[in-house]
Amino acid sequence: MRTEKPQTAKVFSFHGGIHPPENKAQSLQLPLGKPSLPSELILPLGQHIGQSSRPLVKVGDKVLKGETIAINNGFLSSFLHAPTSGTITAIEERLIAHPSGLSDLCIVLTPDGNETWTDLEPLNNWQDISKTDVLAYLSEMGIVGMGGAGFPTQVKLQGAHKNPLTHFIINAAECEPYITADDMLIREKTLELVAGIEILQHLVEAENVIIGIEDNKPTAIAALKTVLTQRNSDIQLAVVPTKYPSGGEKQLIQLLTGKEVPSGQYPADIGVLCQNVGTCVAIHDAITQGKPLISRFTTLTGDALKSPQNVEVLFGTPVAHLLEYADYESKKLSRLIMGGPMMGYTLDSAAVPIVKTSNCILAASKKELPAPAPEQACIRCGMCEQACPASLLPQQLLWFSKSQEFEKAEHHNLFDCIECGACSYVCPSSIPLVQYYRHSKSSIREAREANVKADLAKQRFEARKARQDAEAAEKEAKRLARQKATTNKATDAKKAAPAKATPTAAAAPATNDESKKLKVDIAIGKSKLKKLQKQLLEAQENEHVEEISNLQLQVTDQEKAIAALEEQLAKTPSAAPAAPAANTEKATPAPVSDELKKAKVDVALIGVKLKKLQKQLVETPDDQELKDKIAAFEADLKAAQDIVSKLSSNAQSSTNATAAEPKAVMSDELKKLKIDAAIAKAAVKKVEKALKKAEEIKAPEADAIRQQLKEAQQRADELEKALANPETAAPKAAPEKAAPTAENTDAEAAKKRKIDLAIAKAGIKKAEKNIQLLKDQGKEESEIEASEWPKKLIEAQQKLAALEAEEGAPAPVEKTAEPVANSEAKAEPEMDLATQIKKEKVAVALAKAQINKLNKRLESTPEEAESIKQEIAATEQRLQSAEALLEKLIHSQTNMQENR
Amino acid sequence: MLTVLLAIGILVLLSLIFGAILGYANVRFHVEGDPIVDQIDALLPQTQCGQCGHPGCRPYAEAIANGEAINHCPPGGQSTIQALADLLDVEAVPLDGDHGTESAKRVAVIREDECIGCTKCIQACPVDAILGAAKQMHTVIADECTGCDLCVEPCPVDCIDMVEIGVTAKTWSWDKPQGIAATSLDIIATDRQAEVAH
Ligand code: SF4
Ligand code: SF4
Ligand code: SF4
Ligand code: SF4
Repeated sequence: MRTEKPQTAKVFSFHGGIHPPENKAQSLQLPLGKPSLPSELILPLGQHIGQSSRPLVKVGDKVLKGETIAINNGFLSSFLHAPTSGTITAIEERLIAHPSGLSDLCIVLTPDGNETWTDLEPLNNWQDISKTDVLAYLSEMGIVGMGGAGFPTQVKLQGAHKNPLTHFIINAAECEPYITADDMLIREKTLELVAGIEILQHLVEAENVIIGIEDNKPTAIAALKTVLTQRNSDIQLAVVPTKYPSGGEKQLIQLLTGKEVPSGQYPADIGVLCQNVGTCVAIHDAITQGKPLISRFTTLTGDALKSPQNVEVLFGTPVAHLLEYADYESKKLSRLIMGGPMMGYTLDSAAVPIVKTSNCILAASKKELPAPAPEQACIRCGMCEQACPASLLPQQLLWFSKSQEFEKAEHHNLFDCIECGACSYVCPSSIPLVQYYRHSKSSIREAREANVKADLAKQRFEARKARQDAEAAEKEAKRLARQKATTNKATDAKKAAPAKATPTAAAAPATNDESKKLKVDIAIGKSKLKKLQKQLLEAQENEHVEEISNLQLQVTDQEKAIAALEEQLAKTPSAAPAAPAANTEKATPAPVSDELKKAKVDVALIGVKLKKLQKQLVETPDDQELKDKIAAFEADLKAAQDIVSKLSSNAQSSTNATAAEPKAVMSDELKKLKIDAAIAKAAVKKVEKALKKAEEIKAPEADAIRQQLKEAQQRADELEKALANPETAAPKAAPEKAAPTAENTDAEAAKKRKIDLAIAKAGIKKAEKNIQLLKDQGKEESEIEASEWPKKLIEAQQKLAALEAEEGAPAPVEKTAEPVANSEAKAEPEMDLATQIKKEKVAVALAKAQINKLNKRLESTPEEAESIKQEIAATEQRLQSAEALLEKLIHSQTNMQENR
Repeated sequence: MLTVLLAIGILVLLSLIFGAILGYANVRFHVEGDPIVDQIDALLPQTQCGQCGHPGCRPYAEAIANGEAINHCPPGGQSTIQALADLLDVEAVPLDGDHGTESAKRVAVIREDECIGCTKCIQACPVDAILGAAKQMHTVIADECTGCDLCVEPCPVDCIDMVEIGVTAKTWSWDKPQGIAATSLDIIATDRQAEVAH
């Protein structure tokens, strides 16, 4: 037989398969129908496998038939075209044809009824231009696989070039019961189909081109034979026996080539390409007529339809419209199925549209598709194994799916299951096997995706950690450098400051003899130090290296001596603490500038020394003594810098010497900030101690403590910054010209305070968590005490309270600053107003949020109701005043605009 | 005597050679790191939320390797506990409620017109999923957000919401059939009765 008719190919067979009733005759009684235009077309953006298309049109746009309305979004994606001319009325979520019954983004087109085509540009020279260009053209025509899941055709064709193609197979088997759309297509468009296959063959250049068709379509087979003989084509026709699912890609390949596609591979891997007949016709129309893919053949069938038939339908046509066209009887309709009875899925709504892959609408009556029998236990009859066309072990897969042993299911090639339903069909226990497989498959896919996401998150987390560590290391290095500088400064500053501060301080209160003596000693030591430093400076200027190091050594010694003395001094009871000294300094502005100079010199000097020490440290990194020294220096440096900043602010304020009150306000705030800073510093020290201890006993908490240390230091640093800022801010606020900057710095200060607040809160939380953790770990009370967390907790709470109290304060400060800005800074009043309004808005929002938070807290911790209520009241007041101010500001802004 | 000596000599020689080979192999094929920690870490959901009481998933993995309970990770939920139990060959215990409860997957969404651009949320995000700059509006890259909740608390104006990720047609998955004695409406090949009727 083969030898007589060279165009008939040899047919092999595949394992399993079933013979369900065909039910194909119903829909072939009537000729091809052409439903009228529906009132609207719903075009989902994701009609194909891969990324959804990107819409090119806006709501209200007028489009012509065949115009591109959405373009591809990446490699695995496709184009979408207007199926008719009309207006885009919406781009929104609509129900789509999907087993989930969910909605997706759709372009909704209201037809104008004119069916005006856009300019069609056929690709007449497809034989001459490069194949890549032809593929690109096909992609732009929106061509996707119309038999299965809608795989973008150009991608499939590109993939086919991996291996030399031995077989190019055209799938005309259409094995599923009820469906006759391909049958009708072959009868109606035989010529187009063959021409399309020829175009494809030109593109893929396969050794054999075979059309695979089931023997239950005699009319189609006859039509094909006629055309093939007419054209003297070398396309072979293979008529395969009717057996479900011979139309499965892998099954058809096995039928026509005898080759099995290995598990987990694609047909292209064994040199085979499969295309559906619908796709071939679409390719022909696109290339020879320039028509994009806008319609398809769909079977309307089922007992609930009075006139079942095949229709050529525009994409986007709602199923309900087609049901009406085919005279459905709503009483009879029990289940509406998209696709065939074996592989289709139930539709919840008839509002869903026809898409590129919809080959059948089955409106089944109760008699036709009765409710399935309840599931029973598997009796291990083995019938499913006999039926499975993929040679799987369905009952084994069922077992693993039921017990969620997905790994084992995968080992039994779960992903080779084509979900044909043959096993469910034969199962005497009515087990919905495919349901189980689908569930397992989606669970596995989900887990894979989650894994990918987790890996990504891990990567990002680790990258962030590395970055933070690097930043911290850099900061640490800088801090060390700064500290070195400060130690030097600090010691100098210490000499300098008390030298001047003590006389005044000493004059007022009665100091005892001991401290006097000490002070004298210090003064002497300092003057010596000063001398040395002067020499050192000179040496540095003249770059006498040896001398420098020599002198520096001396300076350090001297500093140490002074430091020791000062410590002693501090221990003596009546010694004047630092803060009062600072106050007295402010009270006597005259010596400030002198002091400032000195302090600055000191800072510079200490910096140099610190650098040197660090160098040494690099050379001998293990020298503990050296490290200690550096640490001491650093502390000193900070102190010195503090003094410098203080002094400089004082100097400014005294030179400007206009307002007396800002200073008062400032000193108050200053005090608070200083207290905060001191607390923070203490915290740092404590944590450091804890860290050392933890390191000694190699405790596992060391890491956590270290982190805390970092945080504590940050806190301390920030507070110090804050300490420096209000000082500079306040004096600037007084003089008229600097008003805008004052505002900025105020805002910054407020921000910082907020940050402090948040940090303090976090500190409390952490401390609480840690205590809880210790408790959870079953530690004794005493151990918890020893861990210092409770203390830390209390400290943090205090700080929080202090900060919260303080947060009330800045508002008035801001207000006093703003009127000044309003009345006097008229350079850019409008801009200022705008920024102020913004700022006030932020303040209002903040206050509101805080009230919210407080209320929440009130609910959760009724014990603290009193204090919280007070806080709320305070915040509300603040909110009111802020709102009032905001209103005023807006009012004045509108006024100003009106005045123009 | 000579043969005895010879035998001893050969044996000594052999042991030396094999010893050298083993020693070399030990150095050459040395396994870096702690594989068990890596394996545990691979099972954790990498949400990096800290609900387990550790600053991230890896520290918790290390803690588990050192004997901490395996039921402290709410985002992972029961499936993670099961996986950990399988890996470590211990019994799967229910999730420890002290650390939180398992909830649906969520992402953070910033109400952008309320954001004051304080950058606090950026600092809190463990996976750098927030974009923004000082005094500029901030936004969350939804694809990178692990739903850890950590950015919600620091926001001074409470403008970050945790929104449950709804199911879309792309992420939807099939339900498991109810099992024996249940009738599944979605059973395939329901036209079998028709064949019987034939
Ligand atoms: S649904 Fe899957 S397991 Fe069942 S017969 Fe078809 S291929 Fe085999
Ligand atoms: S056909 Fe049904 S009852 Fe028989 S072995 Fe398969 S799953 Fe079990
Ligand atoms: S609780 Fe959060 S941080 Fe801890 S392991 Fe689970 S996801 Fe990771
Ligand atoms: S924490 Fe809130 S206000 Fe601050 S940047 Fe983030 S979203 Fe904006």
